[in-house]
Amino acid sequence: MTQWIEACGAGDIEEEDLIRFDHDGKTYAIYRSPSDEFFATDGLCTHEKVHLEGGLVMDYVIECPKHNGRFDYRTGEALAAPVCVNLTTYPVKVEGGSVFIGID
Amino acid sequence: MSQGKRDYSLTGRDAQMAVETGLASAEWYHTDVPRKAMKELMKRKDGPAIRDTVIWLGSMIVLAGVGVALWPSWWSAPFFLAYGVLYGSATDSRWHECGHGTAFKTRWMNDVVYQIASFMIMRNPVTWRWSHTRHHTDTIIVGRDPEIVFMRPPDLAPIFLNFFGVIDAFNAMSAMVRNALGIISAEEKTFVPDSEQPKVMFIARVWLAIYATVIALAISTGSILPLMLVGLPRLYGAWHHVMTGLLQHGGLAENVIDHRLNSRTVYMNPISRFIYWNMNYHVEHHMFPMIPYHALPKLHALIKDDLPAPNTSILDGYREMWPAVLRQLRYEDYFVRRELPPTAKPYKAEYHQLAPSMLAAE
Repeated sequence: MTQWIEACGAGDIEEEDLIRFDHDGKTYAIYRSPSDEFFATDGLCTHEKVHLEGGLVMDYVIECPKHNGRFDYRTGEALAAPVCVNLTTYPVKVEGGSVFIGID
Repeated sequence: MSQGKRDYSLTGRDAQMAVETGLASAEWYHTDVPRKAMKELMKRKDGPAIRDTVIWLGSMIVLAGVGVALWPSWWSAPFFLAYGVLYGSATDSRWHECGHGTAFKTRWMNDVVYQIASFMIMRNPVTWRWSHTRHHTDTIIVGRDPEIVFMRPPDLAPIFLNFFGVIDAFNAMSAMVRNALGIISAEEKTFVPDSEQPKVMFIARVWLAIYATVIALAISTGSILPLMLVGLPRLYGAWHHVMTGLLQHGGLAENVIDHRLNSRTVYMNPISRFIYWNMNYHVEHHMFPMIPYHALPKLHALIKDDLPAPNTSILDGYREMWPAVLRQLRYEDYFVRRELPPTAKPYKAEYHQLAPSMLAAE
């Protein structure tokens, strides 16, 4: 069953950016797209487990700060070497100015 | 305190030890940079790299044209020497920056320049993309980093020969033939994923066909001129990238996880910086590899108070590095411990746990 966890305020993330969210021993990345939508993925790059929080968001792509591996953060799809494994994504909803992510 | 005889092979004892001790894929020290400033620095642009690429390739065409027109007169020599530096040295930095995907904003432009530069510098674009990834994960970690130049004790003969590309070109040609025959070495297998290995072989076969064509042309025309344009410039133009590249990590610490200890920033003249695409800001590049080359001077200005003072010139860099390298011939554990300014966060024990001589010095 999906549990909705409050991750941050919607205003905490700039457009075309991300922040880190830690919960229950796991780490996540919460994104705000250029068109003001919110998304969530695992926080660590699937290549070498570097946290994505320091990475660059370009449109709908997050680029890992260490080796420049790129993912589509809407789907988690790995787009180019050195990343070969997709990111896990999580459902997101915004209510009352807060961003919630759905965790099973 | 001695670390004992080092094993630089990627499949040997030190490789295993680096994994067991947590030195492999470790969390490295980073200077604090506000997110807003970092985002601004990371921004991708096409303009600077398009300008530089037009100058780079345009100059090569002009220099090659004049060189060919004057051939075989000795008056062609200066034109070929300049062409050679753009072919055998400027491609090192283009290969590097485009491999990071930071030179251009537009992905295909990065990829095109990456392929051209990889061919000229004789680095299989697939193999070397992965080897360089490892170099950034485990910079100068013995047994993990495949790009350590000054292994201790340093073997100076191949380093000198590489000022003329001799060893690099020989190794590159050997690897090309081996890969073209469908063989991936045990070391390559440690950092090139299985799914990428067919691409390594495909590129090697294409390159082999190109070199065979150029050699056939040279034989059929009875002139080395085709090879003066393709292949040999990797030898006679290599000196600049070796000269600047040795300064990146030479004489500095091994087995630490703070780039301030194992990398060197050197102020350089504008021509070398053009050829080298600002990789003289090497501490900054390793600490934040996603910052494009054109933004590195700004990054340097922002974080320099947390870094050791840069060397003031190439000569100054060699004055620091060379005595240390010579001393390492006799004392393998010796390295230059770079002093931090009072404004910097100090080196921490946990960032250099396997460099006991440095701990003793603190």
